[in-house]
Amino acid sequence: MSPLVLPGGKYALYIWPAYGVTALGFAWMILDTLLRARRWKRQAERLEREK
Amino acid sequence: MFAALANPLRFMAFSRWAVPILGLAALLLTGAGLALGLSAPPDYQQGDTVWIMFVHVPAAWAAMLAYGCLGGASFISLVFRHALADQAAKAAAPLGAAFTGLALVTGSLWGRPMWGAWWVWGDARLVSVLVLFLLFLAYLALRASIDDEAKAARAGEILALIGLINLPIIHFSVEWWNTLHQGESILRPGGPALAPVYLLPLLLTGAGYSFAFGALWLARTRAEVWRRRATALALQAALR
Repeated sequence: MSPLVLPGGKYALYIWPAYGVTALGFAWMILDTLLRARRWKRQAERLEREK
Repeated sequence: MFAALANPLRFMAFSRWAVPILGLAALLLTGAGLALGLSAPPDYQQGDTVWIMFVHVPAAWAAMLAYGCLGGASFISLVFRHALADQAAKAAAPLGAAFTGLALVTGSLWGRPMWGAWWVWGDARLVSVLVLFLLFLAYLALRASIDDEAKAARAGEILALIGLINLPIIHFSVEWWNTLHQGESILRPGGPALAPVYLLPLLLTGAGYSFAFGALWLARTRAEVWRRRATALALQAALR
């Protein structure tokens, strides 16, 4: 099998986009959650210090 | 346990260590499930497309789990007027929308080679999952459209509780109606229809996705607690 050909044979065209979309979905969920948490934690701590 | 966690301070202390533990468990279980699943032999009917099952089915399970959590938290918030429950409900919705979106897209990519169609409007399972996706989006839009947080919470809670009726419809859709979507293949009389070589990786990825939802849900609820704290402090500063 050529190294450029993805496993999955004639269905590779459907299989790997499904995994790619899943990876993107998880990346968005993780990054958005971590950035949101960091942003609001920092803001709350800054306002607490200024109180 | 739930009563103890209802205290925001206890919740923040608990979730601080629960998030990384759940995240690590999600990583290990999903990784093991995908490694086993992608080394499974092609199915005699579906060929290599069976690999899509290991990302499609867990996404659908996580989507329903997310809506169950949204509905449960909304009920607690509506009945007991508990702020943390409302924050948890609000945190579950974007994750639920993402998992439902993943289930729809991966399902479409699986349906095209197996059914010859990306989407079938007459299929009760597909349409009921689309309704779930729209319910998540409607919840998010409704909350974002009302400035008063208390009113937004009440409106969201009512919508979330009405939408709970969709969960049994999704689950039983393949029994109540003739659908292209395959029938129940795990929780069925006589045992699972899946061969162990597919069932084990599916259960591992299913558990992994559930833990991933748990970790992300707790982390987003923590962010929501901090957001409300920051908003309250900013308001206090403005009134000084």
